[in-house]
Amino acid sequence: MLGEISDAIIRVRDITVQFGKTRILDGLNLDVKRGEILGFVGPSGAGKSVLTRTIIGLVPKVAGSIEVFGVDLDKASATERRGVERRWGVLFQQGALFSSLTVRQNIQFPVREYLNLSQRLLDEVMVAKLGMVGLKPEVADRFPSELSGGMVKRVALARALALDPELVFLDEPTSGLDPIGAGDFDELVRTLQRTLGLTVFMVTHDLDSLYTACDRIAVLGNGKIIAAGSIAEMKASKHPWLNQYFNGKRARAVVV
Amino acid sequence: MSGDPTLERIAQGNGLALCAAGSWTARFAPMLEKMVADAEKLRGSRPNIFIDVSQVSKLDTFGAWLIERLRRSLTEGGIEAKIAGLSANYASLVDEVRRVKAEPVVETRSVSITGMLEQIGRSVAGVGGTLVELIEMLGAVLAAAGHVLIRPRGFRLTSTVHHLEQVCWRAVPIVVLITFLIGCIISQQGIFHFRKFGADIFVVDMLGVLVLREIGVLLVAIMVAGRSGSAYTAELGSMKMREEIDALRTMGFDPIEVLILPRMLALVLALPILAFLGAMAALYGGGLVAYLYGGVDPEAFLLRLRDAISIDHFIVGIIKAPVMAAVIGIVACVEGLAVQGSAESLGQHTTSSVVKGIFFVIVMDGVFAIFFASIGM
Repeated sequence: MLGEISDAIIRVRDITVQFGKTRILDGLNLDVKRGEILGFVGPSGAGKSVLTRTIIGLVPKVAGSIEVFGVDLDKASATERRGVERRWGVLFQQGALFSSLTVRQNIQFPVREYLNLSQRLLDEVMVAKLGMVGLKPEVADRFPSELSGGMVKRVALARALALDPELVFLDEPTSGLDPIGAGDFDELVRTLQRTLGLTVFMVTHDLDSLYTACDRIAVLGNGKIIAAGSIAEMKASKHPWLNQYFNGKRARAVVV
Repeated sequence: MSGDPTLERIAQGNGLALCAAGSWTARFAPMLEKMVADAEKLRGSRPNIFIDVSQVSKLDTFGAWLIERLRRSLTEGGIEAKIAGLSANYASLVDEVRRVKAEPVVETRSVSITGMLEQIGRSVAGVGGTLVELIEMLGAVLAAAGHVLIRPRGFRLTSTVHHLEQVCWRAVPIVVLITFLIGCIISQQGIFHFRKFGADIFVVDMLGVLVLREIGVLLVAIMVAGRSGSAYTAELGSMKMREEIDALRTMGFDPIEVLILPRMLALVLALPILAFLGAMAALYGGGLVAYLYGGVDPEAFLLRLRDAISIDHFIVGIIKAPVMAAVIGIVACVEGLAVQGSAESLGQHTTSSVVKGIFFVIVMDGVFAIFFASIGM
């Protein structure tokens, strides 16, 4: 089902994740190609976020191996790991902005930690990043609690992009956004992928996103990847859940 | 391909080409910024300046912005500096940064003497507001209690018992330990100094009066403010942050009745119990030290204690306990509900809950001292 991809940016092999006695991921394999936008779908509670969190190292796994940028994260030294972490950005489902820092400080935080830049350059690039995610520079001095839900997602994306990563993880980036906002967000992800040469790993439930933004789709079920491929292949699949998901009532509403 | 970035100047007729090469990325940003600052000085030196980026091997937002910054500062008096040799890969990135507004918003943070004075003024003026808030909360809690009395089904027994376990049962070990040690210390100090006058036995009077009237309840109240007041503030504060309190309200529940009344009740019941246990532990500790260090044997200690103290001393102490509990609870709940969206605000209000709680407990103790003195108890 899953062909070996030679230039995989993420290579997940046989990972098993267990919480107590419940097995969430069971010998899961997944490759993400460099430069693609991979949409990751599955029923609620199937473990999509768990897989994302496992790859970025927030959830311990029982077995298996994860390679990102060709580095095996289990065998990597602390320095190597930091090197990998510097090259990826993560957008959490709730944004996870630092609530006691302003938007400006949130975006500059990772940059300040890793690079030694002048305040002027930091400020200018911060404004550029805000512009990229479609926000005005005026929001820079607001606190996260003073932002709307959509703005929080955008700022969180700007923070994830602060270090110009090669790979970004987006956990349900369009959830909680209005359809127009969500459409803009998809467009934004596309544009950023083109301009910055990003690889995007996107957990989503939004069919529109799958149609408009994603190059390839992987489907999680029973702790494994049950299908991976283009949207056309998904629609043609005989798997009952896939069939219902991509050819169901809501799917038909999406004009391709 | 990717190596250290460079910016060469090549004269071309009456024009000047600035040839950028290497990797223009964040890693080299300090170096790049210096090169760009140098090149900016060329402004107006030639009628025709353009930036050639065809040799750039790697470009990210930082590099793209620095090229854009250079372009902007070279642009002057109708002559626009151009960017040449842009590869298709990077064209959209450069376009993107070109749309950035020129003037980044400057952080506005004034740290001046007037600002500090203003802060002081505001906090002094805020004291009155704090008192009003506390009285409002007291009123709201009493109203909720009245409501529950009329309609007992609205009373949350499970919640009250749960909080009673948290603030009373689980606090017993630490309260007993600390008051025991304080009792030991008072006794030891008393014996040490009274011995000079040969008045060792009077340590029992001091210990009894001090522990039952003042130290027992005051010390326990301070511990409870630190232990349970802070927990209440943090719980309510994080519920406020995650809109759980708003959710309760929209479902038609009164947060005061659901969240605060059980907590207050638990605290008001817990503090007298803890104060009593604390007083016993302190007397025991004091007695133990009097026996081991001062040679006052237990029988003599008890006899003396019976003479030295009356039930009045005990009542004076124990009457204060529920009032102090109410003060601690109200301060903690007001602070908890005042938490704003940020983690920092949660920390500030938890701190101020403990600080204000302890402050008001001591103030109350003073008020009680005056009251009992005037009624002759």
